[in-house]
Amino acid sequence: MTELVVQDLTVQVKDATLVDAASFSLSPGEFVVLLGPNGAGKTSLIRASLGLERTAQGNATLGGEITTQLSPIERARRVAYLPQIRPLAWPNFVRDVVALGRFSHGAAIGRLNADDAAAVDRALAACDLTHLAHRRADTLSGGELARMHCARAFAAEAPLLVADEPIAALDPRHQFRILDMITDYVKSGGGALVVLHDIQLAARYATRLIWMKQGQIVSDGSPTNTLTSQQLNSIYGIRAKVDGLRIDMEGPV
Amino acid sequence: MRSNHWLNPGLLLASVVAIFAACLLGSTSLPADRVLAAFFGGADAGDRLVVWAIRLPRALAAFLVGAALGISGAALQGLLRNPLAEPGVLGVSATASLAATFSLYYGLVALGPWILPVFAILGALSATALLALAAIRTRSVVTLVLIGVGLSSFSGALMSLMMNLAPNPFSLSDMISWMLGSVANRSFQEIIFVVPFLIAGTAILLVTGRGLSALTLGEEAASGVGLNLRNQRIFTVLGAGLATGASVALAGAIGFVGIVAPHIIRPFVGHDPARSLVPSALLAGLFLVVADIGVRLIPTDIEMKLGVVAALIGAPVFVWIAMQRRSVND
Repeated sequence: MTELVVQDLTVQVKDATLVDAASFSLSPGEFVVLLGPNGAGKTSLIRASLGLERTAQGNATLGGEITTQLSPIERARRVAYLPQIRPLAWPNFVRDVVALGRFSHGAAIGRLNADDAAAVDRALAACDLTHLAHRRADTLSGGELARMHCARAFAAEAPLLVADEPIAALDPRHQFRILDMITDYVKSGGGALVVLHDIQLAARYATRLIWMKQGQIVSDGSPTNTLTSQQLNSIYGIRAKVDGLRIDMEGPV
Repeated sequence: MRSNHWLNPGLLLASVVAIFAACLLGSTSLPADRVLAAFFGGADAGDRLVVWAIRLPRALAAFLVGAALGISGAALQGLLRNPLAEPGVLGVSATASLAATFSLYYGLVALGPWILPVFAILGALSATALLALAAIRTRSVVTLVLIGVGLSSFSGALMSLMMNLAPNPFSLSDMISWMLGSVANRSFQEIIFVVPFLIAGTAILLVTGRGLSALTLGEEAASGVGLNLRNQRIFTVLGAGLATGASVALAGAIGFVGIVAPHIIRPFVGHDPARSLVPSALLAGLFLVVADIGVRLIPTDIEMKLGVVAALIGAPVFVWIAMQRRSVND
């Protein structure tokens, strides 16, 4: 079983400590949401966990092997990484962009073998993109683009998925659709670590919440156990009433 | 969607036809049957000389130079994710011809026929390496193009300095030839000395082309799908440096070819940088063969330089592409 295990991970840039001795794990079947205010170190934690950022201390393992020692191909086969969405350099066809998810399997997007083509078709179908497969990416709406990037990550068919703010700047319906897709992926045996800013959606979808503040993981547990008004107060500095998984935000402290 | 199957064969066929036409046309045009006879060792000695010693090597040189610049341009555009990247614009050609001129100026070429190509390639590699280093430090492609402009100007200044101090009018005219770019009077021997570098550079670019497709996603996501960024940079720089250096060794600095060809090709290959490599090479080769036929046929007292003609066509296209760009990802 491929598991991401992070132990005592510290990231330092010059004098600033971006991530401070963070430890957590991610297993298949889990939908973990990473929460925290801007600048809490969420992206740094993700990147360092995947071996994309230099760590000052601690380590992260994927399926038992230290991530910084994995080749990019080996890493990509274990975990599909969806960074914050950036514009594409070229106006490629949607299907070709999704096919890039098969890169770690040796696929070249001009000529996919049968396995790669089947995986791409499954990913397109899962993200409801089949009818857009032959459209150019620069003609898509923001919601369609977000689905395309999700499909690209799913096409890898890796056991784990790490997504950094996949629903930023999407309308509510698309936010639900993307999180539903990730839920389907988790139900089919994948493990997902997702950075979100919407606490309400996080509570609704996550099996576990990891709360970060000033580079430290301050809380890690189920939404029912960790979602409290004190937590929101200390992490985000907001006043809020919490009733079960329902949140009523009132304003800044 | 599907890459056009006729694209590469069609361009190859057109290139062969153009090279053949280049053997027919000239100050005294030869009919097709006499050229064919000369190809296969028949015909009279004069025809064979014109075809084998003058026109065919010249046309082949134009094709190879174009192909090298076309594939280098397409690869650099894929690496830097910008349609304005090209060996000429980025100062790679200028640095290569500076190095080549340096070896001419100091008489180093007398040491052996490999000296000039090696110098041109070292010049090209140092420029591409510098650009790749800068590309790691800055995310702005505008900055990179500006660095290229700086490299070009600096190489140009050093060239001017050497011309300024040139000991005699012969070395002066030699240097001007290098700066302007030409394939006139090339022999098969000169071609043979640069072909190994050209093949090596092209092969590196083709083998590592797949990674250029992944870079469409941006560097972060590309490494996420499994691309080794460091190796991709090294190999693209090495391949483009070898190919551009080889082309400069053969023809001097010819600019803008590497920008025009990939720009035309891209829509036909779904804007995939990897699939644009081969057709860009073929189209750029075809373009230079045809442009060189034009150079030979236009009745001017002094023959126009190929590089001048290429820039006359290419520079306006460069400006046009730059103006078309929406400021999306700079």
